[in-house]
Amino acid sequence: MSLVVRGRAWKFGDDINTDYMAPGFVKNQPWELVKKAILHVHPGFTAGFRPGDVIVAGENFGCGSSREAAPANLKRLEVGCVVAESFGRIFLRNSIAIAFPVLICKGISRAFEEGEQLELDFDRSLVKNLTRGTELAGTPLPPELVRIVAAGGMMQLLKQEAAAAAR
Amino acid sequence: MAAKAGMTMAERILARAAGRARVKPGEFVTAKVDLVMANDAQFPQSCKALEDIGLKKVFDPDRIVVVIDHWVPANTPMVAEMHRGIRAQVKELGIRHFYDAGVGIEHKVIPEKGHALPGQLIVGSDSHSTTYGALGAASTGIGLTELAYVMYTGKLWFQVPPTIRFNLTGRLARGVSPKDLMLALLARHTTQVAQYKSVEFGGPAAAAMDMEGRLTLANISSEMGAKFSMFAADATTLAYLHARTEAPVHAFGPEDDAEYEAVHGIDCSTVEPQVAAPHKPDNVKNVSEFASVRVDQAFIGSCTNAHAGDLQRAAAIMKGRKVAAGTRFLVIPASHEVMVEAMKNGSLAVLVEAGAMVGTPGCGPCAGGSTGVLGPGETGIASTNRNFKGRGGSTESFLYLASPETVAASAIEGRIADPRKYLPGGMQ
Repeated sequence: MSLVVRGRAWKFGDDINTDYMAPGFVKNQPWELVKKAILHVHPGFTAGFRPGDVIVAGENFGCGSSREAAPANLKRLEVGCVVAESFGRIFLRNSIAIAFPVLICKGISRAFEEGEQLELDFDRSLVKNLTRGTELAGTPLPPELVRIVAAGGMMQLLKQEAAAAAR
Repeated sequence: MAAKAGMTMAERILARAAGRARVKPGEFVTAKVDLVMANDAQFPQSCKALEDIGLKKVFDPDRIVVVIDHWVPANTPMVAEMHRGIRAQVKELGIRHFYDAGVGIEHKVIPEKGHALPGQLIVGSDSHSTTYGALGAASTGIGLTELAYVMYTGKLWFQVPPTIRFNLTGRLARGVSPKDLMLALLARHTTQVAQYKSVEFGGPAAAAMDMEGRLTLANISSEMGAKFSMFAADATTLAYLHARTEAPVHAFGPEDDAEYEAVHGIDCSTVEPQVAAPHKPDNVKNVSEFASVRVDQAFIGSCTNAHAGDLQRAAAIMKGRKVAAGTRFLVIPASHEVMVEAMKNGSLAVLVEAGAMVGTPGCGPCAGGSTGVLGPGETGIASTNRNFKGRGGSTESFLYLASPETVAASAIEGRIADPRKYLPGGMQ
């Protein structure tokens, strides 16, 4: 598989928690309302986000609650990927489980200003700043996890495993 | 590094569950889980995810515990319907360990009903599933897709985490409780100290701590980023479990020469009542720094701090006093069992006489699910675990985190207050 994501970067700081991506106050509300609440802590994100844009974040992106709606909402909003200094561990797991591309990349915060163009080569764990012409290596995911993303997520993998077991 | 260093609790448990003699931090393993906890926040979607790919069974119905606690009692027709679905679903899947609305918060109910045991590997569909580490289990949170996967297969991938150890010495002063200790640790070490790591609490003060205190610390370790948070299972653990399960239980801990990535110490006697200011749990200072902050609502509840002892210590502070005019005081016991105990020992009567509103055992407004949320411009103080912007109500509200004692004192004054001046017999 070859997964390459390109998009305009939105920047976030440290400790952006999952409540900010899937707020309780819009739980079970129509998507049009949910959409307007996603990452409400960034002024301008709701109005300015365009499908395909990507997120560059600091430490501990997705800390807090285990709610899978956090990466699922970003995926549904059509965020291309999240590249962060580090992630809250459940957010990272959930992202892999639903095949939403994420990458741990030390130094990413300094390597991007908001609005610059990012390219993520997921398979090679490489990030390019196309605006500046610079490149940064992220932490490669182990093959076990790349396999999950390549399958299209854990439910797809389970479907394959269950079918293989039934044969 | 010694060629054959011993294993930490996390390493011992993951090695056993992965069928390996030993494992090292950083390794990836597929491990069999001993217990799966699922709640009304994710279980219905997980069942649906399985059905969507044509699967309608679970690996072992007796190893799955389902709890309805996030929205209790049901507050909208949609939630009521979702709860009905869960009742039908557990019957169909043959899940006997099902706790319906009102039994309590999952992280209180699982220990209370004797489901979590020392040495087990546990996953739960909630970030505070670290709580069961109080009983010597390696327990952690997952999302709904992984919940679906593990309910069907009984196994999941894990990266073996490095372990950091907190050695607790000294004794907490009167009016200071384990929540203050954790807030003090968050102040020193931040919300990232245990990211991707396992935490072990040790030392004389950990050994002397009662089960409720251990549950509080293991619970809110989630705010340090901890994957697991564990206490060695000792006489306190065994005494707690013997009253609650017929299953054989054994002491369990790290190997003597276990290797830690870092060891931190804290003298509990130096800890003062702590308060975390909006909007982060590590935005912590001594209570005295917040004396001018007026509160619209004071809330004792959540999986972190609504144990019987928490209510009892709050009641000792409220006894013979009233909630300040203009401040609402909300108390939600962690479980039915806690509520009964608080009724029997009189602490609930004291709190209600002081002016408390008492809610159904469950998560309450902590994650914004049930009633008691804050409105725009309002300020609250709560014994809960997270004060993220908009989590427990309006994005324009302000939540402070503190111990049940500090929340009680703040209810009396209508502003953030030091509980020590209300202790029976004064500050001594």
